[in-house]
Amino acid sequence: MMDRLTIDAHGLHKRFGDLQVLKSVDLTIRSGEVVVIMGPSGSGKTTLLRCLNLLEQPDAGTVTVRGRTVDCSVRGSGRGQAGLVRDIRIRTAMVFQHYNLFPHMTVLQNVVEGPLSVRRLPRPYALEVGERLLERVGLIDKRDEYPAKLSGGQKQRVAIARALAMDPEVVLLDEPTSSLDPELRAEVLQVLKDLARRGMTMVIVTHEIAFAREVADRILFMDNGYILEEQAPQTFFSNPASTRVRSFLRLMSGTESQPEIEATG
Amino acid sequence: MDFLALQTPALLQGLAVTLLLGLVSFVLGSGLGTLIALARISTFLPLRLAAIAYVSVFRGTPLLIQIMLVYFGLPQLGVRIPPIPAAILTFTLYSAAYLSENFRGGILAVDKGQWEAANSMGMTYQRILARIIFPQAIRTALPAIGNRFIALMKDTSLASVITVVELTRVAESAGSSSFRYIEAFVIAAIGYWLINTALSLGQAALERRMGRAYA
Repeated sequence: MMDRLTIDAHGLHKRFGDLQVLKSVDLTIRSGEVVVIMGPSGSGKTTLLRCLNLLEQPDAGTVTVRGRTVDCSVRGSGRGQAGLVRDIRIRTAMVFQHYNLFPHMTVLQNVVEGPLSVRRLPRPYALEVGERLLERVGLIDKRDEYPAKLSGGQKQRVAIARALAMDPEVVLLDEPTSSLDPELRAEVLQVLKDLARRGMTMVIVTHEIAFAREVADRILFMDNGYILEEQAPQTFFSNPASTRVRSFLRLMSGTESQPEIEATG
Repeated sequence: MDFLALQTPALLQGLAVTLLLGLVSFVLGSGLGTLIALARISTFLPLRLAAIAYVSVFRGTPLLIQIMLVYFGLPQLGVRIPPIPAAILTFTLYSAAYLSENFRGGILAVDKGQWEAANSMGMTYQRILARIIFPQAIRTALPAIGNRFIALMKDTSLASVITVVELTRVAESAGSSSFRYIEAFVIAAIGYWLINTALSLGQAALERRMGRAYA
């Protein structure tokens, strides 16, 4: 199972104005893998994650998800291209730092929107799936509440359930705990650990070192638009190859609860 | 009081025509206004320019002139439209210009993260608008839309100049035939006020309903 490629991205370039955010990044994610992306802010890690879901369209490169390839240098939104992009988005669910729940819908409605609108599941079946997922993230008793009534940790757990409801090949998580108080982080991280144990393929941008050490199969360190280092967690944390990673980790362990690190190189 | 007894049927009929003009024009104007708002925020420049030009023309010229152009002017070009359709057409075009700006404001006020969340799960543009963006945009724009609806109800009185027998025209002819102008126009004013009070109450109820999720 571990050899099946879920994501295969090649030569991703992305520029915002004068700023070259991604400089030819290659990345493969195997089925069942949990990959953590770390790095200073401004290093391009969030942009890379968003490119995998094509929320950000790379200026050049290809993204292949389970055999479906989008060539990002093809501009414009021709029918075929738009269909391919949608196809890839359906297979790659996204969890955002600020949750982005739909505030006008209840918790359960949030979770079943994708299954109903995109996957076109029959309503009773979608509701059944939605309730099962809410049970899994421990929020079934909140099914009829609106997001405004939930704590940050609860909102993020709903967002994770909403992502899983798309039955994705991979879940992409963009700093899922960064806007949470330390007490609320634990409940979200617990849900993610549970997912990892069940073999869910995940790519997680995070600053949570202890969590990364525990669940990651592989850690990518990004700096200045490149993947600078790619290691198993044991090696990454105890014996990183580059001095850049060493100084980053030193800073992080001093300020683990304060993830904003100045980019120095 | 014989004045009232005599004029009640005509006044009620006028009230019905006023309601018809206002409601139909509002519904059609909302539809057209939505399309113009979408054109206005489109990434396609010609569409954006067309929307800007449209709003500029219909918001920047008097409604009375627009009505007279449609009813008296168009026949010169061989286009003859009966009074009520001509009134509805003009009110629709006119209110669409204002409503499009209200809708645009509402759509732009929706958090960018909502588009991202919906896009990230592969929803189509139409689906995102219908399921995610519009419900939130309408809630934000509701007070402005309510104002527009009420203003439109009062503006329908201008249809009287193109022979539409609505509330204002009924009052005018009732007044001139009986020389009881005060009674006639006060009754007409009460008619408009009742309609608009009902609209305000409806708007408040809708605002409460749509605000429930956010309480």
